[in-house]
Amino acid sequence: MKISGAEILVECLKKEGVKHIFGYPGGVVLNIFDVLYDEKDLQLILTRHEQGAIHAADGYARASGKVGVAIVTSGPGATNTVTGIATASMDSIPLVVFSGQVPTLLIGNDAFQEADIVGITRPCTKHNYLVKDIKDLAQTVREAFYIASTGRPGPVLIDLPKDVTAGMSDFVWPQEVKIRSYNPTYHGNKYMINQAAQMIAHSKKPVIMAGGGVILSGASKELRELAEFAKIPVTMTLMGLGGFPGTHKLSMGMLGMHGTYYANTAVQNSDLLMGIGVRFDDRVTGKTEAFASHAKIMQIDIDPTSIKKNVRVDLPVVGDVKNVLRDLLKTLKEIKEQQWGAVRSAWLKQVERWKEERPLTYRFDKNIIKPEFVVEKIYEVTKGEAIICTEVGQNQMWSAQFFKYDHPRRFLSSGGLGTMGYGFPAAIGAQLACPDKIVIDIAGDGSIQMNIQELATAVINKLPVKVAILNNGYLGMVRQWQELFFKERYSHTHLESGNPDFVKVAEAYGAVGLRATKPEEVEPVLKEALKVKNRPVFMDFVVDWKEKVFPMVPAGAAIDQMIFDEEKEEKKLKAVK
Amino acid sequence: MRHTISVLVENKFGVLSRISGLFSGRGYNIESLSVGETIDPAVSIMTIVTTGEDLVIEQITKQLNKLIDVIKVVDFLEIDHVEREMILVKVAPRKEDKPEVLQLAEIFRGRIVDSGQTTYTIEITGEEKKISAFIDLIKPFGIKEFVRTGKVALAREGTRKGK
Ligand SMILES: Cc1ncc(C[n+]2csc(CCOP(=O)(O)OP(=O)(O)O)c2C)c(N)n1
Ligand SMILES: [Mg+2]
Repeated sequence: MKISGAEILVECLKKEGVKHIFGYPGGVVLNIFDVLYDEKDLQLILTRHEQGAIHAADGYARASGKVGVAIVTSGPGATNTVTGIATASMDSIPLVVFSGQVPTLLIGNDAFQEADIVGITRPCTKHNYLVKDIKDLAQTVREAFYIASTGRPGPVLIDLPKDVTAGMSDFVWPQEVKIRSYNPTYHGNKYMINQAAQMIAHSKKPVIMAGGGVILSGASKELRELAEFAKIPVTMTLMGLGGFPGTHKLSMGMLGMHGTYYANTAVQNSDLLMGIGVRFDDRVTGKTEAFASHAKIMQIDIDPTSIKKNVRVDLPVVGDVKNVLRDLLKTLKEIKEQQWGAVRSAWLKQVERWKEERPLTYRFDKNIIKPEFVVEKIYEVTKGEAIICTEVGQNQMWSAQFFKYDHPRRFLSSGGLGTMGYGFPAAIGAQLACPDKIVIDIAGDGSIQMNIQELATAVINKLPVKVAILNNGYLGMVRQWQELFFKERYSHTHLESGNPDFVKVAEAYGAVGLRATKPEEVEPVLKEALKVKNRPVFMDFVVDWKEKVFPMVPAGAAIDQMIFDEEKEEKKLKAVK
Repeated sequence: MRHTISVLVENKFGVLSRISGLFSGRGYNIESLSVGETIDPAVSIMTIVTTGEDLVIEQITKQLNKLIDVIKVVDFLEIDHVEREMILVKVAPRKEDKPEVLQLAEIFRGRIVDSGQTTYTIEITGEEKKISAFIDLIKPFGIKEFVRTGKVALAREGTRKGK
């Protein structure tokens, strides 16, 4: 029996186990939307912007570990997805994005609402397709899900010309996918793993640096076992937060530009740095020549292109992090003569001293709300049991510093691309994926306005997403740089006078709006928000605009050249330059 | 360093732009590129000549390998190999120079593939050195048109040298 391309597509999605799709309609995808109209097993969530749809699919994927799916129309619908796709690509998030396209015969003719989305997204997708023949449709969808979710995950786009979804054909679901030119390496080389075990056994001052790869490969348990067995302190990149329990005594929190003093200092003093599922981003390494210069660097990653890209690597192990860590632990256990406790205790004591020397702090003020205080209170009130999404800027860094993530997939943030406007739609996706969890977007007053229209999506779908706006009236992170490096010339970073009344905005959409202007109001507002179960809540926390994120490694400095709150920053900065 | 890289790819539309994008995205120029089908028409082979820092080229080769449509990548830098290129040159020598041009073509084992009232079109095949030597010698006689195929390369059997 012949069915339409649109019906074939929907059948494919069902075969892939898809339950939620985020999308926005338009001319060339009408056939698909028409089929979805009657569909009971597949729910389409209409966002209010295509960028919102992609971030929502991304948040859905990060929170659940499944592939996020979105459908948009051609031309402007498709180009609106680019930021979202690039965001997912930088953070290796599995997405399958369907874009409508003008009929095959018109492609290349500057037809109405035509955009070469395959060309545009080529550098920011893991792979993309233009389906030119309805007979290839099912196979292509199958391949796309396979490619998106295996190896190093990433977004895949499928461009669907109108005649392909409107045409008729038989539906044949391919039993298996095999792509001869795509064979990720899942198991680490035995010799390399032996070498790695020897390196660990001979190291006196090892540090584990865990990244997003740990979360993507589901290797938290293995990582914890390894760290505990070999007594290695662990620091995490922004993307790695939650990959190792933040409250664990071996945890040193985040490293890098706004990392903890003890994590950065430990890395710089280590004799072995184990990068696990990381790509050594420049926000983490600072000046690369001065990064971990006394250490041998080991790197475990499924993607060979991540290895040796940014820093020298003494021992690469290519493979899936989970498998490699499991094999590594097994090999380590066979090295009999090692006395982990004795060898490591001096090092672990040193790390403890660094922790005591300069813990993460801020100065509480009883008259004005400090943004760090809000994040701390969120942690307290939720007892750490929440999915935290962030926007980008100071709000993101404080969320990384002052909330302790004990589980993977609980901290959703645009790490690689740093996309303002990511957090709120991502929270909507996360809430759909995890209806029973508390989902909170910790936002900035600037970022929240980049996808604020998604309030409608949350309201109409009765999603109790919480948004905690750390309202400092500025593009705070940029203002911080202007204060420190541009003589307090706040060029175009002041927002306050143009900011809307966020409480009223929320109410206008049918959401709940709350506000706190004094420290003692923070907790009641949070508790009030948590009571709301059927609508989104905006919490407007009017915070101290002067607050800066510390510690801070100035751009181009080594990561142990940190500046702190209490120091005369000016002087120290000059010394760095 | 100058690298000759051969890339075995699925013979699909869009593959060439995926590959060239990896070079252009880093501001690297492709000096020559030749593409053709292999014995299996579903597979094409590309030979790419490029110049750049070894570390960057290493990263590009890894990125090439990562492309879904790429089956195999070989950088010939460390590998003993044979390489050939073909050129076609149309020369318009003065009457008295004609014998010398013909002689040159013969020395370089070239062939005259076309001749007009005032021109010869010469085909030369060889490795880079031979080709450039020929070009240097023929230039003074007046090159009217010139075209080259780009390099193709294959590893020598069983004589892997280097690391
Ligand atoms: C889409 C986008 N545009 C610009 C930037 C550059 N940028 C980084 S942080 C920041 C300020 C964010 O302001 P806000 O959301 O109020 O957060 P705050 O730093 O004040 O907490 C800007 C403009 C960005 N990351 N993303
Ligand atoms: Mg702000």
